[in-house]
Order: sequence, then C-alpha cells, then structure tokens
Amino acid sequence: MAETVKDISRKNRKTYSPAVDILETTNNILLTADMPGVDEKSVDITVEKNLLTIHGMIDPTVHDNVETAVNEYGIGDYQRVFTLTDEIDRDNIKATVRNGVLKLVLPKSEKARARKIEVISEA
Amino acid sequence: MLTRELERLENLLDPWREFDRINSDLFEMMSPARCEFPPVNMWKNDEKAMVTVEIPGVEPEGVEIEVTGDTLTFRFERKPEELKEGETYTRKERWYGQFSRSIELPFNVQADKVVAKFSKGILYMELPRAEAEKPKKISVKVE
Repeated sequence: MAETVKDISRKNRKTYSPAVDILETTNNILLTADMPGVDEKSVDITVEKNLLTIHGMIDPTVHDNVETAVNEYGIGDYQRVFTLTDEIDRDNIKATVRNGVLKLVLPKSEKARARKIEVISEA
Repeated sequence: MLTRELERLENLLDPWREFDRINSDLFEMMSPARCEFPPVNMWKNDEKAMVTVEIPGVEPEGVEIEVTGDTLTFRFERKPEELKEGETYTRKERWYGQFSRSIELPFNVQADKVVAKFSKGILYMELPRAEAEKPKKISVKVE
C-alpha cells in the first residue's frame, strides 16, 4: 500500500484505543466509541473480510505563545479492530458521529435473526 | 453470544501495539494525575490560561462552569443508555454519571471574560488573567 507524506508523519504520533460499549439488541449490535476530537470527516470505518476497523484522525491544535501548565492526557489518533461474526450483515453497517462519540449499527443478518427465533420456539 | 469473537484478533494483529498500550496504561495509572477525573490539559502565558477537557457525548447545555479567583470548577453529566427489554451489554468500558472537578489556575482570572466552547466532545475554556495581576512593563525614560 502506498504511503502518503501525511501517513508517514502520523507514524510518530500516539494511537489510542477508544473505550467502547457494545450493546446487543434483537436486531442489531450497537457499538459506541468515545473519540473526542473526531467528526464525520475524520473517521474511517472499514470492513475487510471479517475485520471491522474504526480509525479516527485528530488534528492537534498547536497553541502559539503559550507554555504547557498541566498535561494529564495525551492526544492522538484512535484505532481499534473488531472481528465480526458471520451473523453481521456487512453491507448495511451504519455509522454516525456526534459530540466526539462514534455510533455504529451492525445489523444482524436475516439468517441470524431467523435462527434466534427458531431457538426461542424450541425452548 | 454473537459478539463473543469481536476483537479476538485485535491483539494478535500487532502484539507490540498491545504491549505499548499496556505499558502506557500502567504508566498513566501510576501517575498522580490519574486520581482525578476527567483529566485536563492546561496552557498559559502572561495574558491567559487555556484549559481543555475531553467529555465526549456530553450535551453542552448541561455543562456548568464556575470561576472564583484562581479556581475553575466544571460539572457535567453523561446519562447511561436506557436499555429496553432483551437488550444486553456485551462490553461496557465507557464512563457514565455526574462528575465535577475543580482545578487551581496559575493566577486569578476575570470571571466575566471567560470563554467556553464545546466542539467534537472537547470542552475548551479560555480564562483571561485578572488585569491587576498582569505583569507590567515599565519603560525607562531617557533623561
């Protein structure tokens, strides 16, 4: 894969693993990730085979003519990789970003939903 | 469980990344700043102080900011999701609840001139130094 200058300069930056919640509902898996500083333009979501990658890029603000007084948290890009089971409908994953929080809706495939109903009826 | 295998490969893909993560987590846990939540960053010069806090998912209308002398206090809340029948968390790492934190500023500030912005989950506050405390330059007159 060709690297751009931007990619190379990013290599020296720290990458953080965002905190996530994963909620399972009847029809979907909902994934929520805290990615402060990221908006819809700076987030990348890719599905390759069974790997779901979420990646958020940060443009760190450089403050001129000031010195650091307190430094309790680091700033960097975000990345985290998840393995999808076959029960996720890859073609219909939806993503939104608001107030620095990424929300992904991973729908369960018709097959997975049908299977679930079957199990309930047998019980 | 449908999500049982989620993330299984995350660490296998790049064990060094995982090592780095554990290492930095340990480092952060041991540093005294870890005791207070949420962590803040602050910059200053002779004119002002600037403070940033990462509070993603918080509604800005509910953020309260108070400045008295050289103390900055902010309060905010992030409400937990209300789960419906049959919904379950398979992973829950994000914080929820009401939080408040006070920090000491490097000088007294003009409370009525404090500017606060909230963008992409980051709260940014600019606190101008009190006029009376600003360092004064004294020009030397040539006789």
